[in-house]
Amino acid sequence: MTFTKYILTSLMASAMLSTFHACKPKGAGSAVSGDAAEKVYVAPGKYDEFYNFVSGGFSGQLSVYGLPSGRLLRVIPVFSLDPEKGWGFSEETKPMLETSHGNVPWDDLHHVQLSKTDGNYDGRWVFVNANNTPRIARIDLTTFRTAEVLELPNSGGNHSSPYITENTEYVVAGTRFSVPLDGESGDVPINTFKKNFRGTLSFVSVSKDNGNMELAFQIETPGVNYDLSRAGKGTSHGWFFFSTYNTEQANTLLEVNASKNDKDFILAVNWKKAEEYLKAGRGRKVTGLKYAHNTYDEKSHTAKTTFNTETVVLKAEELEGLCYYIPCPKSPHGVDVDPTGEYIVGSGKLAAVIPVFSFAKMQKAIQEKQFEGKFGGIPIIKYESALYGEVQKPGLGPLHTEFDGKGNAITSFFVSSELVKWNIKDLKVLDRTPTFYSTGHLMIPGGDTKNPDGKYVIAYNKITKDRFLPTGPELAQSAQLFDISGDKMQLLLDFPTIGEPHYAQAIKAEKVKDKSVKIFKIEENTSPYVAKGDKDARVERKGNQIHVYLTSIRSHFMPDNIEGVQLGDEVYFHVTNIEQDWDMPHGFAVKGAKNGELLIMPGETQTLKWIPDRVGVFPFYCTDFCSALHQEMQGYIRISKKENNVPLIYSLGTNQPQEKTN
Amino acid sequence: MSAVHRILLILSGLALVAVIFLPIWRIELDAAQYPEGLELQIYSNKLAGQVDIINGLNHYIGMKTLHAEDFIEFTVLPYIILFFALAFLFIGLLRNRKLLYGLFFCFLLFGIAALVDFYIWEYNYGHQLDPNAPIKVPGMSYQPPLIGYKQLLNFGAYSIPDIGGWIFILCGIILAYCTVREWQNNKTLKLKSYEKL
Ligand SMILES: [Cu+2]
Repeated sequence: MTFTKYILTSLMASAMLSTFHACKPKGAGSAVSGDAAEKVYVAPGKYDEFYNFVSGGFSGQLSVYGLPSGRLLRVIPVFSLDPEKGWGFSEETKPMLETSHGNVPWDDLHHVQLSKTDGNYDGRWVFVNANNTPRIARIDLTTFRTAEVLELPNSGGNHSSPYITENTEYVVAGTRFSVPLDGESGDVPINTFKKNFRGTLSFVSVSKDNGNMELAFQIETPGVNYDLSRAGKGTSHGWFFFSTYNTEQANTLLEVNASKNDKDFILAVNWKKAEEYLKAGRGRKVTGLKYAHNTYDEKSHTAKTTFNTETVVLKAEELEGLCYYIPCPKSPHGVDVDPTGEYIVGSGKLAAVIPVFSFAKMQKAIQEKQFEGKFGGIPIIKYESALYGEVQKPGLGPLHTEFDGKGNAITSFFVSSELVKWNIKDLKVLDRTPTFYSTGHLMIPGGDTKNPDGKYVIAYNKITKDRFLPTGPELAQSAQLFDISGDKMQLLLDFPTIGEPHYAQAIKAEKVKDKSVKIFKIEENTSPYVAKGDKDARVERKGNQIHVYLTSIRSHFMPDNIEGVQLGDEVYFHVTNIEQDWDMPHGFAVKGAKNGELLIMPGETQTLKWIPDRVGVFPFYCTDFCSALHQEMQGYIRISKKENNVPLIYSLGTNQPQEKTN
Repeated sequence: MSAVHRILLILSGLALVAVIFLPIWRIELDAAQYPEGLELQIYSNKLAGQVDIINGLNHYIGMKTLHAEDFIEFTVLPYIILFFALAFLFIGLLRNRKLLYGLFFCFLLFGIAALVDFYIWEYNYGHQLDPNAPIKVPGMSYQPPLIGYKQLLNFGAYSIPDIGGWIFILCGIILAYCTVREWQNNKTLKLKSYEKL
């Protein structure tokens, strides 16, 4: 081989190799086009267009992001302890985590629902669900704080929750796990699922005036797993739709045993009918229950727990016209209702099509009794009789659908990891875009309302892999923002999220921002432990309890020297932040506290319980860098042996007692 | 006295009654941490605005806290303004030119005295600082400007009349105008009668 030939051969080989390389499809990086940065850039000091309330999954908290920037604005503690904010650590907030099982410090928060009036977001409250120990919480959007938590009896795994009706008449909670009903009769063999396990759908009423929740009634159904739900709207107002799986009624190896049936069901519930039956006294009063109802009062800055013991149960199979099943292919996950209320989209997570049901056809089928039998005593509407049509070959593993308000739907696909846009009328696929990776929920601002704001869609992904700098085996999950204003969905931004984001909703900032509270008025503080000024600051002994009424203001505590506390005493630091200036919280921490810290907003009173475990002098200090003299914001508390008989004294600025100073 | 001047004086008298209930002066403060600004409003009988927050901040530099009850001015000012209001009305109705000259003189004197008082007040607050103050800047005093803008450490202070103050100034201008015009009219009248003689 001559040298020239050798060169030529190698050149040819390398050319072929590079051609092969070019054949391999390009990776994710190329998906972002030129003007994406401009579309998500919110200049410093400028505000985002939307508040995005994102579930925190197994963090138990609710996060708030700005859109389109993806900036994290706030993490609101709901079902889990939050040491940063003293949530669940202060005596005032502990009752918010109370349940019939006692104080439960964690939960799994999946879904987010903004309160609605006339089928549109009104910016008053956000409802969220606790999946593990069934609860619903209400967050007040004037304070961005959890205002109320209601536990649900006769439930296990509150997953198809907290979906709400178009005027926030009800927040629902469908039990994910069917279980024997609460009480002694629940002690049954697990393999008697079919006989003894029941599915309950809780309807929680919401007061129009103050948002207060109450368990209005429960509907008892055959035992299946309830996955998700949506209220009807417009034409279908008065109905609720729940997706079910495990209609095989298996109680073991569900992976296989609950995936046998070709079709599971969407349960359609006529809740207006339920109200009629209740009025007619057809409900069964169930007593001997125990479920917690926790409320936080913004005047006394204190939560309280009451336990309820009864509810009214409607038995689905005994009440005609209350419930109907609609067959839906392969373990439906999402069940979503379009802006008009006419179309109901079922997403079978193992199905190859997306069935779209027509509310009008369903009503006609009920009238004409086009049933194909019964399941557990409840009529099953014929699939074809309720079906409007199927979206063919949409993708693999459809999970959830949101609507853009322009006649289109976008569905998330877990298995094929993509978003697919399709037209509701002709059921044709219009566009698809990959997600990175494996989207669960998706969200269009207002995407479940009568008037969606079809500007963006966000995919909340389950797998993150290589999207951000690696952080060891544990990665933040990611959200991806797409522009949907044009024909093609355009990827704009990735941003990391807390916990695991499930469902999220977004509302125009104007509907919320001007109602935001800046301070709590000190003159309206009705806490029994408030100290409204330095003259109220004091230390009192009640038996072995020491109550310290502290005030905090830039940059001192009053009092800041405390003596006369004995080993064996329980010390309660009641700290009132007497500032009346926006964004001026003070913190409070004391050495050795087997508890969290306090973070006290202006005008608020919070209490930290501290049981000293040894003799000595213990510093306490402000944890929130409040001013130029923040490091000076500190104090001492002296713990003495009982027999030392140190008198109880406290002071600020002068030494007490005078003669003992050095 | 001309009818126009009389109407102007009566209207000014009524406007002065309103001044008793309106903020007369304002001091606006802004700093990096207070993009929304802080505001101190001075009425004839009280202080308003974010007095507590300003007091809280002033303790760093050892400035005395502001309390309405420390100001004798607040007990007499409403009566002085009421006196002027009545005087305007009275002279407008009575058409007494001599009294008009007197009122103009008194009003001018009061305006100057009020400004001098305000200056002294600002001087004292700005200079009489607690020697134990946490923040001490050698040679620094914190006297707000009488009128206009001045930077005081991290705060910019902007001192201007408020709505009541502007009405008061306008009344003064009207009074000056009426006085001068009446004086001129009177002179020509005298001249004319002299010529007739
Ligand atoms: Cu502090």
